[in-house]
Order: sequence, then structure tokens, then C-alpha cells
Amino acid sequence: MIIGKNLLEAKGVGVDFRINGEWLTALYNVDLSVKPGEVLALVGESGSGKSTFAMSVMALHNPNQSRVTGSIMLDGHQIVDATEAEMRELRGVKVGMIFQDPLSALNPLMKIGDQIQESMSAHSIVPKEQWQEHTIKLLDEVGISKPELVADQFPHELSGGMRQRVMIAIAIANEPDLLIADEPTTALDVTIQAQILDLIKEIQAEKNIGVLLITHDLGVVAEMADSVAVMYAGQIVERGTAEQVFENPLHPYTRSLLRANPSLDTLNDQLYVIPGVVPALSEMDHSRDLFLERVPWMQEAAKEKVSDVPAEPEEGHFVRGNAWKDFKFQDGYLEPGRGQKEAQSK
Amino acid sequence: MTELLRIEDLKVHYPIRTGFWNRITDYVYAVDGVNFSINEGETYGLVGESGSGKTTIGSVIVGLEKATAGKVIYKGQDVTKASSRRKIHYNRDVQMIFQDSMSSLNPRKTVYQIIAEPLHNFEHLDNNAMDKRIKQLLDIVGLPQRTLYQYPFQFSGGQRQRIGIARAVATNPKLIVADEPVSALDLSVQAQVLNFMKDIQKEFNISYLFISHDLGVVRHMTKNIAIMHLGRFVEIGTRDDVFDDPQHIYTKRLLAAIPEMDVTNREQNKAHRLAIEKQYQDHHADYYDASGRPYPMRKLTDTHSVAMTREEAEAAGVASGKAEADALAKGGE
Ligand SMILES: Nc1ncnc2c1ncn2[C@@H]1O[C@H](COP(=O)(O)OP(=O)(O)OP(=O)(O)O)[C@@H](O)[C@H]1O
Ligand SMILES: Nc1ncnc2c1ncn2[C@@H]1O[C@H](COP(=O)(O)OP(=O)(O)OP(=O)(O)O)[C@@H](O)[C@H]1O
Ligand SMILES: [Mg+2]
Ligand SMILES: [Mg+2]
Repeated sequence: MIIGKNLLEAKGVGVDFRINGEWLTALYNVDLSVKPGEVLALVGESGSGKSTFAMSVMALHNPNQSRVTGSIMLDGHQIVDATEAEMRELRGVKVGMIFQDPLSALNPLMKIGDQIQESMSAHSIVPKEQWQEHTIKLLDEVGISKPELVADQFPHELSGGMRQRVMIAIAIANEPDLLIADEPTTALDVTIQAQILDLIKEIQAEKNIGVLLITHDLGVVAEMADSVAVMYAGQIVERGTAEQVFENPLHPYTRSLLRANPSLDTLNDQLYVIPGVVPALSEMDHSRDLFLERVPWMQEAAKEKVSDVPAEPEEGHFVRGNAWKDFKFQDGYLEPGRGQKEAQSK
Repeated sequence: MTELLRIEDLKVHYPIRTGFWNRITDYVYAVDGVNFSINEGETYGLVGESGSGKTTIGSVIVGLEKATAGKVIYKGQDVTKASSRRKIHYNRDVQMIFQDSMSSLNPRKTVYQIIAEPLHNFEHLDNNAMDKRIKQLLDIVGLPQRTLYQYPFQFSGGQRQRIGIARAVATNPKLIVADEPVSALDLSVQAQVLNFMKDIQKEFNISYLFISHDLGVVRHMTKNIAIMHLGRFVEIGTRDDVFDDPQHIYTKRLLAAIPEMDVTNREQNKAHRLAIEKQYQDHHADYYDASGRPYPMRKLTDTHSVAMTREEAEAAGVASGKAEADALAKGGE
């Protein structure tokens, strides 16, 4: 267990977006913290608000179209009401981010090398005469085999995975204390993925940085994370250490998620699909346990109001709502792991 | 088993231009001589190192990129040239789901307009039928109807990917090049999309070229798989050939790097991966020619082929690849 003071501490964070003139809540009452040297994995359904949370730590939401409430402390700095000038000082140095969509985060008209150097020029961490050399070293570190050639190319000339590695190089150029990695390896093959994850672990151990890792690859989470937070419909429904969440998942959503994994030993024709879809932002009533709407045999419980304060059934393991107490998969719905193998051998 | 698409000795070489005169000084051998075929109603998996040429192959198939050499044969007809594609409705029948969902969607168009585009181009529907079809497509990919008039930036990464899928299936294509179709999706939506892809495959006899880094997904979806490294294939086989009896060192390396869903054995998994990695480093010269590229393929069984080792290539008298590369560089001047 990692002890010490929090590097990132988010309390009661909410984010609303203005969509077609209407304010809608995308993130509601999120509590999360990351200590130096800790890897916190944030997992959850597509559209549940993971990137929205990451962008609010970076203070990158458009202030005219969104509002952020609550408190986000980053190494003693309050992000929620920081000015753009203050944020420019913090971004890159205190917090660096690997964005989910590498092509749209890179400038199409600028050579790769220049983009990496531009990020160094914003701060005085790397002295100017070393920019060139440092750029090549970074590209080499993220596993690009011809760094000099690639530094001289434009984004469209690189493969998807190469662009993603360039993004990673930019994010670590100024050696930030907190690294936010939003799906850092989805575009990478597994060998390079392993290499990048090793690299993140290495920097992390060496510099004792904190990592907020957003991914839907539970294998990656199992290999990397110290702790795990599970998000559903803009809320954290469960968090705890990686062991707690993987070996004793409590919330019905976490348990369903673990079941949907097409692991190498599930060769049955159909994968487990959680019935239904995430409600639209306009239909989210955050006073209830929103996932239960999608569990056909829990429609009564789905209407109940639940506390904003999560339960803590074992130390450090938090879960929202009451459904975890007696949740069971029904007829034909199997538990992950054991159950799936049994189903196949039939 | 009827063959739908065949790729013959496909090469795509991108020129590298440098210096004041912007002269061609070298080439990127993005795709360097690959052969395979996709049967009707089947899924062909394409896996490989990042930058090994997978998207490039897909782009040639849908006509976004030109082949430097080689052929694309569709239903027995040579469609390598764009002009030969029109009369057989190739551009309607062959669609692509793009790897980079954000940049492949026009930011100034609404979801409705994005999905309507291929329908306008290839089908002649009246407004009512169009509305109905678009709403049906949204249902299929699990997006709420109320998002029809939103713009791409207002969606999460995974939601955008689903818009791309709806667009690709709009015209009931025969072949879909699916480039990392689910890598941006969470597990449940991923399962939904994969099941959906299988369902429409059964219903409409669609074929897929399925490009993915996720070996669990590839194993679940595909019948035949090609493993690609540095512009060439290093191993081709059925799912079982490749997963249960991998032959090429690169295939072994890929399989060893799959993250395990096992919180308690991290160190052990890593040790195994590093051992294979070391074997790969130590025996590199046995599997790659003087210019660093894999040797030509040889057949092991009817379904299973693997790139030769150096010894085998020498015994068979196959050139090292170097002479060919030099000739090409000259030709490009
Ligand atoms: N700029 C924006 N304007 C309006 N709505 C937005 C905006 N950004 C995100 N949203 C909405 O907020 C919700 C959360 O989106 P977010 O991108 O945080 O999801 P995510 O958990 O990162 O999903 P994914 O795994 O698919 O990337 C979604 O419903 C999305 O449509
Ligand atoms: N327009 C271009 N100009 C020059 N080189 C290019 C161009 N497009 C691709 N390449 C190069 O061709 C090679 C193959 O790229 P491709 O996008 O096909 O890889 P990929 O296998 O799809 O990789 P990934 O898994 O990372 O998406 C890469 O080295 C890339 O840099
Ligand atoms: Mg996201
Ligand atoms: Mg690609």
C-alpha cells in the first residue's frame, strides 16, 4: 500500500456541459486521489466521464460551454479556479497528459520534432541547447526506431501507434509529477504496449511520479495499477486496491464489466453484453444507482435513492449504493472466470 | 468457400524526400510483398507491430492509397485501378471503419449528415426512408436517437467510433476493412459491437478484414490470421495454428506480451515476456535478412505458413532482399 500525502486530490468534482442550450451533468460528485508513486486506474463504460475528469484536472474545458465545480488540488494548487496563466505554469511540469485521440491532439502542419521542442520551450526544465538531443532521446525511449527520421516528419506520415508514441514523448518531455494517460496504448501492438507500460513504470519508480491511467483494457489494469476506480454515468461506483477490485468486485457494474472481457479462453460464440445502454446525460438522475436500470431483475431497487457517501465494506474498498450486498447474476448469467469455462466445456 | 478478395504480391513504398531539391533519397517499405485472400462471409485477422503496414493494406483495398506494385482482385476481377472499380459497385460494396475516429469524421457535420453521406452517394432513398434507415443504424450501434443532431466533438471516444461503424455499414457492404474497430470501446460496448458485427455477417454474408492489436478480440472474431512485421507477413494460419502452435519468433513475442488478467502473478508474467524478448534479440539474425526484413514465406501445412529462417532461405537460394531494395531505390530516382 502506498502511503503519504496526496499529489492529486479531487473532492466532489462535478462537470456540466452546455449542449444545445441546455446544461447537462457529465460528472457528479467525484472523489479521487493519487499519491506520488501510485498508479490509479480509472475504468468504466464509454461515455461515463473518464476523459471529462482528466480534462478538468488539466483545466482544458471550454469555460463558455462547461462549468467545473468542487475541488481539485494538485500538489497544493487549486485547479478549479486557477487562471489560464497559472495553468500554463502547471501543465507539462506538474501534470502532463497523453491524450486519447493522438491525431487530433497533434498539429498537422508542424514537424514532429518541432512539436516536442515546442512543449519544452514552454518551461525552463530542459535547457535550450539540449532540446534537439532530448527530442531524439525521448523518441528513442518511446520505442521509435528511426528517431531522427521521424522528428523530421509530419503527423500524417506516421502510423497510428507511432503518433501515439509521439504524444507520450510530449507528455513526458518536462517530467511532470502527475502523468495522466488517457488510453495510452490502445493504438499499440502488445509488444510496444508492454514496452511503453514498462517505460511508464520505470519513470514512475525513478521519479516517484503519480499516474492516472485511463483504460478499458483490464489486462493492462491488472498489470499496472495499485488502485482502481470504476466509473459509471459520471460517478465513481467502486474504488479500492487492484487486488480488492479484481478479486472481490462488489458493485454490479464492476462485476458485469469483468464478465464482458473476451479473454483468451472465451471462445463461445457470443460475448456477454450488459443489456441496455448508458442513459443520455439528460436522463441521468444522480441520486440513484443508475446502473441498476440495466439489470432486468433489479427494477425496484433502481428507483431507490442512494447515499452520496459510499459504503466501505473492507478497509479502503468503497462502493456506491446498496445493491452490492445481495447482487447475483440470474438465470444463464454467469460469474466471470470459473463460470465461463464451465459454460464452454458443455 | 468462395473467394471474395485476393491480394497478390502487394507493395506500397513511400518515398522519403530530403534536402533543398526535395529529392527522393530513400523509401519507406510500408508494405513489401504480401499475399492473402478473404473468403465470402469470413473474417480475416491482421495483427502486427505498430507501423508494420496494416492500415496501408486496408487503405489500398478501399482505394485511399495506390499500390506501388501488385494486384487487388475482387470477385475474380482486377480492381487495382480506380477506373475498374466503378462498374462493379466496388466503392459501395467495400467500406472501411477507420482507426482514428475523430479525424475521420467531419467536425462540421452532424451525426445525421455523417451517416447520410454514403447513403446519398450510393442509394436512392426518399427523405422518409433515409430518416428511417439512419435511426435504425443508430439503434444498431447503440447510440440514443437524441444525439442525431450533435457534432463529433460532443461525443466520447467510444461513441465516435460507433458513428464510424454506423457509417461503414450503412450501404450494406460486402467487405468491411475494420481498422481497430473496437479499440476505443469499453468492454461491454465492445462486446455489443463484436456481436453485432458477427450478426450482420451471418445475415448478409459480409466479410471482414479485421485489424486489431487485441489478440483476445482477434481470436474471438477471426478464422484465419496473418501476423505482420516490417511490411511483410511472418506467419499465416488458422486461429488454432497461430495461437496454439506459433512458429515465428515475432508471433511468439506477441503472444508473450499479452497482458494477463491476473493481479497476483505480475512478476512471473513479466519474467516470461522478458525471456522471449531475449530470445528474439539473440536470434534476430536467424529470422531477418541483411536489410532487417523477414524472409519469404514457406508452407508448413495447407493452412499454416511461416517466414523462413536464414538457413532455409539460403538453402532455397532466395535473395537476401538487399539487391531488390537497391534496384528499387535506383528506379525511383
Ligand atoms: N465538449 C463536450 N460537449 C458536450 N458533451 C460532452 C463534451 N465532452 C464530453 N461530453 C459528453 O460527456 C460524457 C462523458 O464523456 P467522456 O469523453 O468523458 O467519456 P469517457 O468516459 O472518456 O468515454 P470513452 O471511454 O468513450 O473515451 C459523454 O456523454 C459525452 O458525450
Ligand atoms: N503518407 C505517408 N507517407 C510516408 N510514410 C507513410 C505514410 N503513411 C504511412 N507511412 C509509413 O508506412 C508505415 C506503415 O504505416 P501503417 O499506418 O500502415 O502502419 P500500421 O500497421 O497500421 O500501424 P499501427 O498499428 O500503428 O496503426 C509506417 O512506417 C508509416 O510511417
Ligand atoms: Mg475518453
Ligand atoms: Mg494502423
